Amino acid sequence: MKLMTTTALAMLATLGLATAASAEIKLGASLSATGPAAFLGDPEAKTIEMLVEELNAKGGINGEKIDLTLYDDGGDPNKARTFATRLIEDDEVVAIIGGTTTGTSMSILSVAEDEGIPFISLAGAIQIIDPVKDYVFKTPHTDRMACEKIFDNMQKNGITKIGMISGTDGFGASMQAQCKDVAGGYDIEILADEIYGPSDADMTPQLTKIKNTEGVQAILNPGFGQGPAIVTRNASQLGIELPFYQSHGVASDSFIELVGPEAAEGVRLPGTALLIADILPEDDIQRDVVMEYKTAYEDKYGQNVSTFGGYANDAFLLMVNAMTEAGGEDPDAIRDALEATDGLVGTTGVYTMGPDNHLGLDLSAFRMLEIENGGWTSID
Amino acid sequence: MDALMQFILSGFTVGAVYALVALGFTIIYNASDVVNFAQGEFVMLGGMITAFTYAAGLPLPLAGLLAIVITAAVGVALNKLAIEPARGAPVVSLVIITIGASIFIRGVAQLVFDKQLHRFPAFSGDDPIHILGATILPQSLWVIGGAVFVFVGLWAFFTKTLTGKAVLAAANNRLAAQLVGINTNWVMTLSFSLSAAIAALAGVLITPITLVSYDVGVALALKGFAAAMLGGMGNPKGALVGGIALGLMEALTAGYISSQYKEAVAFVVILAVLFVMPQGLFGAKSTERV
Repeated sequence: MKLMTTTALAMLATLGLATAASAEIKLGASLSATGPAAFLGDPEAKTIEMLVEELNAKGGINGEKIDLTLYDDGGDPNKARTFATRLIEDDEVVAIIGGTTTGTSMSILSVAEDEGIPFISLAGAIQIIDPVKDYVFKTPHTDRMACEKIFDNMQKNGITKIGMISGTDGFGASMQAQCKDVAGGYDIEILADEIYGPSDADMTPQLTKIKNTEGVQAILNPGFGQGPAIVTRNASQLGIELPFYQSHGVASDSFIELVGPEAAEGVRLPGTALLIADILPEDDIQRDVVMEYKTAYEDKYGQNVSTFGGYANDAFLLMVNAMTEAGGEDPDAIRDALEATDGLVGTTGVYTMGPDNHLGLDLSAFRMLEIENGGWTSID
Repeated sequence: MDALMQFILSGFTVGAVYALVALGFTIIYNASDVVNFAQGEFVMLGGMITAFTYAAGLPLPLAGLLAIVITAAVGVALNKLAIEPARGAPVVSLVIITIGASIFIRGVAQLVFDKQLHRFPAFSGDDPIHILGATILPQSLWVIGGAVFVFVGLWAFFTKTLTGKAVLAAANNRLAAQLVGINTNWVMTLSFSLSAAIAALAGVLITPITLVSYDVGVALALKGFAAAMLGGMGNPKGALVGGIALGLMEALTAGYISSQYKEAVAFVVILAVLFVMPQGLFGAKSTERV
């Protein structure tokens, strides 16, 4: 008799657990909240945690709460691979957001692709979604698009000959290669091609060389971290008056703070609507989305939003949208819903995916910005 | 001509940064033969603590001073908690301990502070000074001045003061130093606090130029170490000359050959020097005669 009761109780308990578990959608994330890419991964992790909290407070997706498992891979591709495997096999997640860097994204995507789990990457490189892989999507623009946007703006300003100074970090080197690749299509000639190390303290020799190169009409600095801030300060120190283009890698308010408003005056870069949230026209299609994210993030964490946190925000929006369509059970259904995304407005741009397009952004997602009096203005 | 002058000024700016970091290595090395690889983290702490206390409203000089004092205390703690318990271990083990300490300090810093870049205003503004058609920022002069000041201080300390000589004696032969009444434990504590203070001073001086985040220490320590090796480990004159030489080589290579080979040329020259003079430029044995 006693045995019967225990068994019955055990069965009840199991059933109870099973029903509790089925009412939760298991979402996985592996981000580089620490390590060399912490500058990107930290706001990404904070954003995902904040959004899950918000969504669950509102009652979740179709009444099912999100159960988030977030790992910090420290920017290490090997760790990212381990965590991706753990997320799928042990934590039984139905989808993954993550991959702060291109390296970690490539690790996670190979696991996700093998296991048939939809994955939205937050990294820049084009090879993540080109060629298209069934289960892999991404939210950030590619650096190739950034080059195109910048050259497009140069063309409009009648600039044909430029000097480049690029960081040797992964971001800078990759964008340098992409820009050289697409320059010809915009009739841009690269007369000077200089580089600097990511932790260098002074780039005046390289800038002096560019300045003294006959015919240079503008300078482009693909890079990330402190390098571009120092380059911009050096350019101002040398009194270089040429139009100065930075990349989307430094598209944040803290860049202006680090450089100082005087030295940053006139710097142009391709950024997202998020940066100019407060000056977006009322009727701008992205206004509501960026204001909502910006206000929530800055209130909660007391630091400026960055483009990178925006990428995480958009990945989460895409995921929630797909899960609302497909339910939170079946990875394949979520994948199909992600691919069918049509006109979803995010902070980075408006996403329309398709069977041969797993990024879903076009150049209109980039806004050409110029720094003026320590703030951003749109110069599209 | 203008270009050459600009390369030279750039070389001095960068070289003074390397020299300041290299100077920090000398005291601990002279006291224990240990190359302290947490030196870069001390520089980072100097910059970070100043940035945060300044942002919290302290006047800049006070923020800098506080950063130096706190970092010196961290240096003493490192000695007391990690180096002293391992006394008697081979030098290599102690060096590995300092590498561990550097990773630990980095980890704590990103929790205590954050993972963003920081900067505080330059001491004398940002208006460049024009010299012979080239420009240099006033802050660079502060860094160069700081390096010279620390160099003079260290040189006087090791050659003119009894304490400085006690440090050298403790390194040379621990037992003999104890027999003549030198408190070797105290010498080590002093060395770590001074080394950390010099590194923090470097952090305070260079941050307006280089910016600071929790992970800048590694690159700084590497360049500072290279400069110290070039000049002769443990010799203040070597640290100063080695740092400036390294900075000039990088700037001139970037200016006249290609920025692609900047680091390579510098390291090839260092290797060449070490082949001919394994002790570095000034690392003669004479530093050991007390």
